[in-house]
Amino acid sequence: MSTISEQEIIDYVEAMPAFPKSVNKVINLTSNMDSSAKDIVAAIEGDPVMTVKILKVINSAFYNLQTKVSSVQRALVIIGINTIKNLAISVAIIGILKPYKTKLFDTDLFLEHSLATAFICKSLAERQGISALHSTDYFIAGLLHDFGKIVFAERFPERFNLALEESSETGTDLSLLEVTHLGINHAQVGYMLAVKWELPEELAKAIEEHHKPASNLFGHCLFAANQMAKQGELGTSGNPVIEPFPTECIELFGADLDDLIEELGGIPAIKSTVQQLIGV
Amino acid sequence: MKFKFWGVRGSIPTPGPSTVKYGGNTTCIEVRTDNNDLIILDAGTGAHALAQDLLQYMPIKAHILITHTHWDHIQGLPFFTPIYIPGNSISIYGGRDMVTGQGIQRALDVQHQYSFFPIPVGHLKADVHYNDVNEGEKFNIADATVTPITLNHPVINFGYRIDCDGQSLFFTGDYEQQYNIYSPEDAEYIGFQEAIDERVDALINTIQGVDALIIDSSFTTEEYNQKKGWGHGSYDAAIELATRANVKQLFLTHHEPTRNDDQLDTIYADLLKRYPNLGFELHIAQERVQVSL
Repeated sequence: MSTISEQEIIDYVEAMPAFPKSVNKVINLTSNMDSSAKDIVAAIEGDPVMTVKILKVINSAFYNLQTKVSSVQRALVIIGINTIKNLAISVAIIGILKPYKTKLFDTDLFLEHSLATAFICKSLAERQGISALHSTDYFIAGLLHDFGKIVFAERFPERFNLALEESSETGTDLSLLEVTHLGINHAQVGYMLAVKWELPEELAKAIEEHHKPASNLFGHCLFAANQMAKQGELGTSGNPVIEPFPTECIELFGADLDDLIEELGGIPAIKSTVQQLIGV
Repeated sequence: MKFKFWGVRGSIPTPGPSTVKYGGNTTCIEVRTDNNDLIILDAGTGAHALAQDLLQYMPIKAHILITHTHWDHIQGLPFFTPIYIPGNSISIYGGRDMVTGQGIQRALDVQHQYSFFPIPVGHLKADVHYNDVNEGEKFNIADATVTPITLNHPVINFGYRIDCDGQSLFFTGDYEQQYNIYSPEDAEYIGFQEAIDERVDALINTIQGVDALIIDSSFTTEEYNQKKGWGHGSYDAAIELATRANVKQLFLTHHEPTRNDDQLDTIYADLLKRYPNLGFELHIAQERVQVSL
């Protein structure tokens, strides 16, 4: 088995279309003069591909912004809604991501898992005292943490499927089996891309560490949010293993996984917020 | 340092008897350092009148800072006659467009295309240079230091601070302070407001204490409330910004095209009445008026 190269991944992502729902939403919203900026931002932030493609342009060395922009809302404040809107159109016209659907991985459920993790991660950050301004970074980290998997599913489906099957049959963590079958795991791919997109280092690092012991608050929030989304069966991204909270994590939050879910209002409440984010 | 307004109108030229006092040309400001180095802020239709004035000084070296590429800020470029005269050196500065990925050169290239103008860009006889500017990245023009900052408008727009001879001025180009797109009951409201405040603080930091602030103030507050998101500011917002930034003089420009001289006079009188204790001089920008700092 040959390891897939970083360049193959980068080339694929460059030409990668966004998710069907957000492409349609962006096209509908931008063809109507009266659409609100709020709805356009929501359509973009509900899609990891759309989001990174816009942040990537703004953060590119080409424009040399002094502070790296890590959310669509902050980008809007700097360059204005019209430029954001036109960048979104340029992503939308690439086309629509062909939904990958097997019994072990489904694009729609992947999106739900990503948005659930995003919402929970942001909520945990705010619970820990992170300001509303910076908690948007935590949302983006959740939205992007499994980006590597959608790249695997779309670009290397056979090999990814072997990893999914083996993980499902043996109950082994999917990221370990990705290394076996693809030579790299989705967290490493996510980190590599986040660095390439020039997202803030702390955000990139949290993505890299989301299956490892976390080194800071950002990492803990993302780890916990991912496990909570899995526990609540809010979508799925193919990994059957729910990792227990390490002691450090329980001490940090002063609560375990179930307590935190309860605090956020329970699974049905979280699910309803996530459905709103997806636009169902 | 001194500067002179050659165009103060927004959107479209408005010649005619009702705009004789303040002028009908679109944005163009001539800045001269004490050494007489020439910096031009935007090349709206006012650039044509400026060019006529400059013809007596050929050859010239001009540095044109473009805030953004909407027509009223670039339409004078093909009519800036020094670009057709050999021996002149014209440097054009501006931001890159994020959607097309193209630099400022495109503004001139497009205007000189066959369908829009008879002379192709290849026939420019002056030595024309293009320079892409970046947020916060200072650069020098002769003895002057220029600091660009991205400001909210429906296209990439840079405001420029110019420091020279111990004096300073800042021109916004077109600018609307971003309003909160969320309602107070939305979860995103506070975070978005913090992002706005952070950005406004960065602007205030950049313009702090300038001798002259020249700012887009197209609307009255009543008009602005109907035109949120159009990318332009109000008189009241301009005064608030100038107050917070402790500027010495404030020049209100980018006059709304339907506004006549009498209306601008009335607005000015009203502002002086409503703000009796401003800590700075307040002016309505007027074509061909020169200001020495």
